[in-house]
Amino acid sequence: MDTMAAIKQTFFQECEEQLAELENGLLAIERQEGDLETINAVFRAVHSIKGGAGAFGLDDLVRFAHTFETTLDLMRSNELEITTGLIKLMLRAADGLADLVRFSRDGADLDRARIAQLNGELARAAKGEPAAAAEPMPAAPAIADEPAADENGFVPIRFSLDDLLGEPAPSADETPADAPLTVRFKPKPELYAKANDAVVLLREIRRLGEAKIACDTSEIPLLTELDPEGAYLSWAVELDPAVQEASVREIFEFVVFDCDLDIGIAPEPVSATILTLPEPPSTVAEAAFAPAPVQQTETATVIPLTPERDLTPTESLIKAGQTQQAAAGGQQTTIRVDLDRVDRLIDLVGELVINQSMLAQRVMEAGIARLSEVAVGLDDLEHLTREIQDSVMAIRAQPVRPIFQRMSRVVREVADMTGKSVRLVTEGEGCEVDKTVIERLADPLTHMIRNAIDHGLEKPEDRLAAGKPEQGIVRMTAAHRSGRVIIEVSDDGAGINRARVREIAVKKGLVEANAQLSDSEIDDLIFHPGFSTASSISDVSGRGVGMDVVKRSIQALGGRISITSRPGRGTVFTLSLPLTLAVLDGMVVTVSGQTLVVPLTAIVETLQPKKQDVHGLGDTSRVIAIRGSFIPLIDIGRELGYRHEEADPLNSVAIMVESENRSQSALLVDGIIGQQQVVIKSLETNYGHVFGVAAATILGDGRVAVILDVDAVVAGSRADAGRSDISNRKRNAA
Amino acid sequence: MKKVILTVDDSRTIREMLRTTLAEAGMDVLQAEDGVHGLEVLRSAMPHVIVTDINMPRLDGFGFIEAVRSNDQYRAIPILVLTTESMDEKKDRARRAGATGWIVKPFDPVKLVSAINRVAA
Repeated sequence: MDTMAAIKQTFFQECEEQLAELENGLLAIERQEGDLETINAVFRAVHSIKGGAGAFGLDDLVRFAHTFETTLDLMRSNELEITTGLIKLMLRAADGLADLVRFSRDGADLDRARIAQLNGELARAAKGEPAAAAEPMPAAPAIADEPAADENGFVPIRFSLDDLLGEPAPSADETPADAPLTVRFKPKPELYAKANDAVVLLREIRRLGEAKIACDTSEIPLLTELDPEGAYLSWAVELDPAVQEASVREIFEFVVFDCDLDIGIAPEPVSATILTLPEPPSTVAEAAFAPAPVQQTETATVIPLTPERDLTPTESLIKAGQTQQAAAGGQQTTIRVDLDRVDRLIDLVGELVINQSMLAQRVMEAGIARLSEVAVGLDDLEHLTREIQDSVMAIRAQPVRPIFQRMSRVVREVADMTGKSVRLVTEGEGCEVDKTVIERLADPLTHMIRNAIDHGLEKPEDRLAAGKPEQGIVRMTAAHRSGRVIIEVSDDGAGINRARVREIAVKKGLVEANAQLSDSEIDDLIFHPGFSTASSISDVSGRGVGMDVVKRSIQALGGRISITSRPGRGTVFTLSLPLTLAVLDGMVVTVSGQTLVVPLTAIVETLQPKKQDVHGLGDTSRVIAIRGSFIPLIDIGRELGYRHEEADPLNSVAIMVESENRSQSALLVDGIIGQQQVVIKSLETNYGHVFGVAAATILGDGRVAVILDVDAVVAGSRADAGRSDISNRKRNAA
Repeated sequence: MKKVILTVDDSRTIREMLRTTLAEAGMDVLQAEDGVHGLEVLRSAMPHVIVTDINMPRLDGFGFIEAVRSNDQYRAIPILVLTTESMDEKKDRARRAGATGWIVKPFDPVKLVSAINRVAA
């Protein structure tokens, strides 16, 4: 990636941060928790986006950010009263800005009409007109479409004549080629106070071409009256005729206000008029008090640049301390590293963990005493290895903050659509989770938030009737608990309408009409595929996505989701997620002499099948009766092709798993070895996709074990059963 | 001798652009994220020129320039301010605070380097 592309990427990353800052600031102001610094931060965020966008020629973005910024600036200087209407407009403008950023980044859909309207509203707000003007604006010229290319592919470029002319350009007429250009300038003390320097200016002039320079020292007072910060010298310069006046003016661009400056054609040559050095003093005594020679006078106003004078030991120490301090508080506290490198490191540490446990096992097998130096040393090594593993995993960890922040926009949009008043409260944004987990949380969380507002919260009038505050609260919290991260999404709405849920479930044939269901079993029904309590597919939730999809995506991350609800008090969804995707808690089992790992998140329970509980079903299928319901029995050995003959259920262990769509199955394995945390090694990157295998790992004894893809195995056995059903039916029909 | 330039800007993007541009022009670059950080860096370094943004958290460009100008050790360091527009009001305030010169954002790399060379002793 070339440098510009890399910087552009940085810009868009930074935009996301600025957008979050912007939104948070505006929300704080809305909650009346903002102060002047909040408004400043909000202004800076928009200003920064504009600055960067300008550097990359993202004109639409620059224009919108500019209008936005202008309005914010008026807010900042108290020229514009901060009203709730204005803040609402600002929040919508922030969303518009976010859309423009994403459009500029990867051409995401952009509603140009909306941007144009927002632009118009902002501009009107800046003029103090009511923010909530309803009439739609005609497409504002600020976001005019790009001029279209003509048939030759030439795109017309807009420019102003002023840009071309700029400052009055010196024409050849004004500066006859043979007349020398003269510059007379007399710095004021302010010129030096701003670290401009006559010597530097003269040096730059000399770079333009041959120059005759004369210095007037006549105004230098006696030493006793000399102000070291005063300015007593002036210069006259006669330049080569070829030198352009514009380039001379450019040199003086920064100092025009801080000196008397006269650039023009010399009426007479410099050398003939002013500025011969004053007569040399006649005596030595006089010389001591006479004006200093030109070369030295400059030092009177210029402070030496190097602080590296001889330092005393104490000073050196202080300085060293300061250096460290600067480094500590400085920009060196973070580095940016390619993700591939981090993943490689994680991989290597995984190998290290495996190696270490293999070594430990060998030592144990060799019968070395537990208190021997070797065993003790090995314990230390294990400790260290775990610590390295944790530290390395922490590199991939990121706070959940950005994703939480993104949800406030979702809340705003859904609240607008449903006409409900909602406040989002977030806690524990600093909680860190693996980067990939965070990325894949966005969709499920969005859906949960939508549900919480659309289905969970009551309409404002219903809330008031129920004696609740009109504004509903949706709360998102994150916290670490026993090696996992727990995210809760809760609302203070009406809670799950269990009668209605049950009714729908019965109607859809999910449960028997007379089934005895506990409250939590009813609540769990909403995770059933296709279940939706909304009587119509509303704009907000619906869209064919239900809580079952949320559940599946959480499970795909090795997570679990649960629900608790209290009538009239609200509903809490709890997500429990692994901190990392690089290791997995698994149950190590044996099948036909092979060692397999079943992810613990999929397992509900394990049991020893009894003879009377196993029933045949058709030619090949078997089911097991557990607490009154029949659950398909999946023979892992046959399913994965380890053996042809059926396993004897009585000599096997049944592992009850729950796969996608909430259905339960019993996996038949030969035996359970134990429960273990394993390092996940991708099979596909090194080998290829194998049915029923999610990944592989290396166990402590050095054996390779495959990690079972529970969903795939269950789905596969269904398909087989389906086929045999069909063939049975065909046979019967014949 | 290589020129050492301190860039003070809260935007990572602009800092990176400055660093790339100045490094290509053979200059060494020190970076700070705001005025306070800029002053911290100055405790252990003596850059030839400072390039600073105006809008920054903690200590903005104006405050930073004033702080540099009121310190005997650093007051002679030329300071160029980055302004988004050639807004005269900002320029004036920056000048009053003691800025040596200014660069209009988005900056032209050639102009940036030439402005630095123009004020560097």
